[in-house]
Amino acid sequence: MGDIQESADRLGNAERVALDQGRKKKTTYFYMMLSITGLLAFLVLWQFAVMTNLVSSRFLSTPLEVINLFVVKLSDPFPDGEVLGINILSSLNVALAGFGLAIVIGIPLGLFMGWYRGFDAFMRPIFEIVRPIPPVSWIPLTIVWLGIGLQAKAFIVFFSAFVPCLINAYTGIRQTSQVLINVAKTCGASNFTIFYRIGIPSSFTMVFAGVRVALGNSWATLVAAEMLAASSGLGYMILMGRQFARPDIIILGIVVIGSIGVIFTFLLGRLENRLLGWKRL
Amino acid sequence: MKETKYKVEVDSLTKYFGSLHVLDNISFQVRNGEFICVVGPTGCGKTTFLNLLTRIYQPTRGDLYIDGQSANPKKHNIAFVFQEPSSIPWMTVEKNLRFGMEIKKLPKAEIDGRVERIIKLLGLQDFRDSYPHQLSVSSEQRIIIGRAFAMNPDLLLMDEPYGQMDVKLRFYLEDEVIRLWQELGSTVVFITHNIEEAVYLAQRILIMSNKPTTIKEEVSVDLPRPRDVADPRFIEIRKHVTDQIKWW
Repeated sequence: MGDIQESADRLGNAERVALDQGRKKKTTYFYMMLSITGLLAFLVLWQFAVMTNLVSSRFLSTPLEVINLFVVKLSDPFPDGEVLGINILSSLNVALAGFGLAIVIGIPLGLFMGWYRGFDAFMRPIFEIVRPIPPVSWIPLTIVWLGIGLQAKAFIVFFSAFVPCLINAYTGIRQTSQVLINVAKTCGASNFTIFYRIGIPSSFTMVFAGVRVALGNSWATLVAAEMLAASSGLGYMILMGRQFARPDIIILGIVVIGSIGVIFTFLLGRLENRLLGWKRL
Repeated sequence: MKETKYKVEVDSLTKYFGSLHVLDNISFQVRNGEFICVVGPTGCGKTTFLNLLTRIYQPTRGDLYIDGQSANPKKHNIAFVFQEPSSIPWMTVEKNLRFGMEIKKLPKAEIDGRVERIIKLLGLQDFRDSYPHQLSVSSEQRIIIGRAFAMNPDLLLMDEPYGQMDVKLRFYLEDEVIRLWQELGSTVVFITHNIEEAVYLAQRILIMSNKPTTIKEEVSVDLPRPRDVADPRFIEIRKHVTDQIKWW
């Protein structure tokens, strides 16, 4: 008798959970639909504005034209000289080289500066001078030093991504809870052990926020760098679009940059979820 | 190296912060496996006292000896249960329990064995892969206490670990601490402002004075366990300790 009662309860509970999850799924679905509707509404409005000549088609092409061009550009190098795939690869190459270098150098530097006061005092003046310099202003000097190849462009991207990586790592590790430091200290941990077992994990949230900002910055400066000197790349394609008065080329370039940005943000989110997923349990 | 029969010896510990005289000439001894409670009026420098024992601060004068040697967290095993929650938020319950022993670089088999024992003693089998923020505050505090006992400390310091708990939970957790202590034979110094708690737990109570703080009196509590808070002798000791403190 008791067993029957218990299993009935359990069934009820399972049903309740299923119902709850179903409801949750429904809301998620609803919000996703809202997002898609928003995007579609924007595109329809845009198409409408050009078709009714609210905006001259000389200045703005319709979304449909852009999609059409996207397909064409996959295999047609006209008018800028490269197919879309090559342009994307070339830009990715520069962005990832600069961005990767910024992460590899900026984050450890920020962590060490945040943890070791002496190192901080040593590095800080140089960093404070470099920090406010707009990355684009390095372009002339970079051309003199490194020419106009991949290295030069990656260097400029590096500067834009390096600063947020460093600052966030620095601030993040500075916020390490004193209690946790004391816990490790009373266990007899050395300063370096506390640094990598307590300090670094504590800083992760801030580091990730910094990497996000750095990612945005690197795409922004990438286009600026390519507009100056390049023979392929998305920024270069946009520039050519201007020269040939082809708004559709410009818009395609912008949209592709935006989409790649979204993909990167998504991948970063996945990585963050893996490292900081415990927060959401 | 001094010859001694005590596990822990505190010798004329004195601390100034600038001109503020916080601790004055505190001396006492703790035998191996003893459970001592320290009570005192609020603001009497209990936290400073503890921070000196854990070597987070250095004393102005005097020293703390463990097994006759000047205490050193790198050499000795000192475990601390802080007043505020101090579990490591990105580690699971099991990893939190392992943390201190991993810092001490104990062999893996030894760590495994001790962790299993503590998990069993605390009844945390179902929560070993949970994160601290998924548990209640009291469970989190139990993990921290487990982590401290797991280190097999030469000296286990506890700073009002149950300050935030309600009465019912307190009794439960106090019994648990006694069980862990009896099972593992650690040497415990337990700081509290709750006199009933002190009488319930301690073999010996140290009563501290107002600033500059020194030890006013030592009270031996030789009541049988489990102790009964309604026992006339219990009440008598509690009253005596209360009279000695009288901070109101």
